[in-house]
Amino acid sequence: MANVLVVDDEPNIVLSLEFLMEQAGFQVTTAEDGEQALESVKNAQPDLILLDISLPGISGFDVLEQLRGQPDTASLPIIMLTAHGREVEREKGMALGADDYITKPFSTQTLVEKVKALLNGASS
Amino acid sequence: MRTDPIILTAAFGYLALLFLVAAWGDRRAEAGRTVIGSPTVYALSIAVYCTAWTFYGSVGRAAEHGPSFLLIYLGPTLAMLTAPFLLRKMVRIAARERITSIADFISARYGKSTGLGALVALMALITITPYIALQLKAITVSHAILINYPDSADTTLTNESFWMDKSFWVALVLAVFIILFGTRHLDASERHEGMVAAIALESLVKLAAFLAVGLFVVFGLFAGPGDLFRQVALTPELSDLMSLESVPGGVTGWVGMLVLAFLAFITLPRQFQVLVVENVDERHLKRASWLFPLYMLLINLFVIPIALAGLLLGEAAGNPDSFVLTLPLLAGTEALPVFVFIGGLSAATGMVIVETIALSTMVSNQLVMPLLLRLKHLHVSYQGRLAGWLLGIRRISILLILLLGYLYHALIGDSYSLVTIGLVSFAGAAQLAPALLLGLYWRGATRQGATLGLIAGFAVWGYTLLLPGFAQSGWLSATLLSDGPWGIGWLTPYALFGLNGWDIYTHSLLWSMLANVGLLVGVSLFTRPTPLEQTQAALFTQALHPNLQTTSLWRGQTTQGELSELLKRYLGAAATKRVFANAPHHDDATDEPASTELITRAEQALAGSLGSASARVLINSVVRGEALDLESILSILDTTSQTLEYNRELEQKSQELARIGEELRAANERLRELDRLKDEFVAMVSHELRTPLTSIRAFAEILRDGNEMPDEKRQHFLGVIVHESQRLSRLIEEILDLARLESGRLTLNPETLDLAELARHSVDAISRLQENRGVALEVTLDAEPAMIVGDSDRLEQVIINLLDNAGKFADRDNPQVLLRLYKHKKHFRLSVEDNGPGISAEERERVFEKFHQIEQSSDSATRGRPKGSGLGLPISRGIVAHLGGRLWADEGTTLGGACLIMELPNAPETERD
Repeated sequence: MANVLVVDDEPNIVLSLEFLMEQAGFQVTTAEDGEQALESVKNAQPDLILLDISLPGISGFDVLEQLRGQPDTASLPIIMLTAHGREVEREKGMALGADDYITKPFSTQTLVEKVKALLNGASS
Repeated sequence: MRTDPIILTAAFGYLALLFLVAAWGDRRAEAGRTVIGSPTVYALSIAVYCTAWTFYGSVGRAAEHGPSFLLIYLGPTLAMLTAPFLLRKMVRIAARERITSIADFISARYGKSTGLGALVALMALITITPYIALQLKAITVSHAILINYPDSADTTLTNESFWMDKSFWVALVLAVFIILFGTRHLDASERHEGMVAAIALESLVKLAAFLAVGLFVVFGLFAGPGDLFRQVALTPELSDLMSLESVPGGVTGWVGMLVLAFLAFITLPRQFQVLVVENVDERHLKRASWLFPLYMLLINLFVIPIALAGLLLGEAAGNPDSFVLTLPLLAGTEALPVFVFIGGLSAATGMVIVETIALSTMVSNQLVMPLLLRLKHLHVSYQGRLAGWLLGIRRISILLILLLGYLYHALIGDSYSLVTIGLVSFAGAAQLAPALLLGLYWRGATRQGATLGLIAGFAVWGYTLLLPGFAQSGWLSATLLSDGPWGIGWLTPYALFGLNGWDIYTHSLLWSMLANVGLLVGVSLFTRPTPLEQTQAALFTQALHPNLQTTSLWRGQTTQGELSELLKRYLGAAATKRVFANAPHHDDATDEPASTELITRAEQALAGSLGSASARVLINSVVRGEALDLESILSILDTTSQTLEYNRELEQKSQELARIGEELRAANERLRELDRLKDEFVAMVSHELRTPLTSIRAFAEILRDGNEMPDEKRQHFLGVIVHESQRLSRLIEEILDLARLESGRLTLNPETLDLAELARHSVDAISRLQENRGVALEVTLDAEPAMIVGDSDRLEQVIINLLDNAGKFADRDNPQVLLRLYKHKKHFRLSVEDNGPGISAEERERVFEKFHQIEQSSDSATRGRPKGSGLGLPISRGIVAHLGGRLWADEGTTLGGACLIMELPNAPETERD
C-alpha cells in the first residue's frame, strides 16, 4: 500500500486530505510544518508528498529544494499545494522540480486522480 | 615793452601755443591716448564760462553794483550741484544719441524736429552774436589801453573805415584760427579733444593772470588786504558800495540774477558744448562739481579788492571795466600788463572758440543741412562728397558768425558795458531752459508747446532787453524806453504791465519765462505728440533707466548694402567701417538685411555729424518701416524690467520645480510602495480567504461523494464546514473594517464611558474561551472609574482581541494572562500581558502590519497554536488611533511575556472633577 505524506499547517485541510487519501486506499502520514515534513520523509519513507507552500518555519519551497537535493528523494513524486494563485509561484515550484501544482481550493476528484496517476507512473 | 610788435608777437605766440596744444591733443586722441580723459581737464574746460566779461567786467560791475557780480558765479555753482541727476542725465542722453549741440538736443527731444532745431539754432545765433561781439570789443579795447596808456584809448578806437578797425582783424584772425583747429577732422566728428585741451590751458592762463593782478594790487599797491580795507573804511561811499543792499533790484534782483545765471550756465551753447557734448566720461562730473566752483571762487577772490583799489585811486585808474589792466599800468610795471592782456585774450578767445564752434555746428546741422536734404537730387548725385561739404559749411559758418559778431560790435556794441551785453545774452540763452529742462522730466511736453514757448519767450526777451539796446544806440527812438511804443505806458520795455522798480534782467526774465513756460505747458496739454515724439520723450525722460541702453528702436527693414552706401556718402569710408565693425557680414555690398542694432548705430553715427533730425531723415530714406512708437518703447522698457523680474521668478520657480520634482519622485516612490503593498494585501486577502474555502469545498465534496460514512464523521465534517464558514465571514468583516479604517470612513459612536467597566465586561465575554484553553486570567483595575470617550462596541472588540492574542501566545503548559488598568498622567492605560516567549524588540512594530503572523519558532512550545487572520492588531490600532489614543507592544514587566498597551486620553468631564 502506497504511503502519502500530507503537509499543511491548517488542521482542517490536513483532516480533509487525510480522509481523501485513506478513502483512495493510501496509507497517510501528516506533518504541520516543514521540519516535521523532512523528519517524516526520513521515518515514513512516503511514496508521494502533498506539500503546502506556506508553512511556518521552513517553507514548502525549502522542503522541496532539500528533498530534490538528496539522491534518494530526488525523484520522489511531490504535488505542491498553495492558496496563492500567482503564476510566479507555480513556475517557481515547477522549476524546483515539483511534479504537479494544485491551487486551493481544489477539486477533490482532480486531486485524487493526480495522486493516483503519479503513483502509477512511479511504480510502473 | 608796450609797443605794437611786442604785443602782437605775444598775442600770436600765445595763439600759436594754443594751436600746438590743440594739435597735440588731437594727435593724442587719434592715437587713442586721450588727454581729456581727466576730470581735471574737464573741470577746467567748463571754466570757459569765465570770459573776458569775467576777466574785465566783474571788476567793473563790482565797482558799480558791489557784490552782485558774485551771483553770476553762484548760479553755476548751484547748477553743478545738479550734477548727480540733471547734468548726468543730459550727458547720458547726449552720449547715447550722439548729440552735437543744444539745438540738436532740443530737436531730438521733441521728435527729432527739424523746425525746432532750426529755431533754437537761430535763437542761439541771435543771442550769442552780441556776446561774441563783447569778446572782440574786450580784446580791441584792452589792446588800445595797453598801447595808449596813459592817453585815452578812444583815439585808436574811433576809425573811419572797417579795415582800420582792429576788431575786424581780430575777428578774421580768430576765424582762421578756429577753422584751423575746430574743423580739422574730415569725418566731422563732434568731439574736439584738441580744442578742449586748449580751453583747459586757457583757463589756467586767465586764472594765473587774474591772480597775479590781484596779488600785485593788494600787496604791491597796498600793504596787504588790511591796509586796503582800512583805506576803504575811511571813504563811506565805498564801504556802502560793498554792502549787499547795493544789488540792483533788491531781493528780487538777487533771486533773478541767481536764476538767470543758473539757467544760462546750462543753456549757453558753449557751456552745453564743454559740459555735455565734449564730456567723455560721465564720472568726470563728480570732480567737476567741486573743482569748477573752486575755480570760480579763486578767480573772484580779488575782484572786490581790485575794484576798491581802482576806486580809491580815482580818476587815474580810468574806466572800472579796465581796472585790471590800468592798475598795473598805473604802477608803471612793464611785464604784468602784457601778461594781463594775454590773460584777457585767453578769456576772450576761449569763449569765442567754443561758442563759434558750437554755433557753426548748429548752423550747419540745424539750418543748412536740413535745407540741403530737401533738395533730393543733391544727396543722390553728389556721391561721396557730402562729408567734405559738411566741413565747408562749417567753415563758412564760422567766418559768418565772427563777422556778425564784428558787425554787432561795430554798429551797436559801444553803447553797452561789458556786463550788460553779457546779461542780455544770458537772458536770451535762458529761454532755451524750459524746453530743455521740462523736456527732461515731463513726458507730456510736446513739440508745439516747446516751439510756441520758445518763440514767445524769445519775443518777450527781444522786446524787453534787445530792443532797448537798439534804442540806446540811437537806432530806435529813445522815447520807446521812457513812454512806451506809441506812448502806451504799460508796454514800456523796462516796465511791462507797470512792473516798476525791478532791475531790467529780472524784469525781462520774469515776463519771458511766464510766456515761455506758460505756453509750453499750456499748449502741450492740448496737443497730441506724434509717435516719434512720444518715443523720444520716453527715451529722454527715462534716460537714467538702467535698461534703456540695450533697447533697439528701429523696426524697419533695409539691407546692409544700402546702409553702407548712405554712411559712406555722409561720413566717409573710415567712419562707415567703424559702424560696420560689429556687423555679422563685413562685405558692404551684401544684401543681408541690416539688424535693428546696426540701423540704430548707423543713425547715431549720422547724428554725431549731422544732428539727430537730419540723421533721421537720411535713415528714413533707406529704411522701409518706421521707428517704434511710444507704446512699443514703454513696453520694451517694461519688458526689460519685467524680464529681470521674470528671471528672478523663474529661478525661484525652477528651484521650486526641482523641489516639487523631488517631492513627486518621493510621492511616486511612496505610491509604488503603496501599490506594492496593495498587491501584497490583495494576495494576502486571497490567501486568507482561500484557506477556509479550501476546507469548506473539500469537506462539501467529501460529503457529496462519500456515501458510506459514519454519522459521527459526517457530523464532524459538517461542523468543520460551519466553523470555516464563520471564519470566512469574520475575515471578510475584518477586511471591511480595515478598509473603513484606512479610508477614514469607520463610523464610531463616541460616548463617555468607564473603561474599567468595559474591561470587566470584555473579560466576562472571553472568560469561557480562556477557561477552555486553561488560561489563568488575572484582572487588576487600579483606576475606577476610568472615564474616557470612546465607542464601547469597538473598544470591547479591541480588548477581546488583545486578550485572545495573549491567550494564544501565553505559555502552553501554564498559560497566564494579566489585564491591568491604571492611570498614567492624563491618560488611562490598559495593558494585557502574557507569560509566553514575548515579542522581540524588532518585531514589536511589525505585529501591527496587516496579515503579519508572529514568526513562530520551530520549537514545540509554539507549534500548533491557533492562528489568527493577522488583521486583529492592525484593526485594533486603527480603532484606538481613531479615538485619540495609542496602542503598542512592549516587554511584559510582571509575567515576562508580551505586553500590549492601549492608552486613551482622560475624558474632559473627569478632568473637571
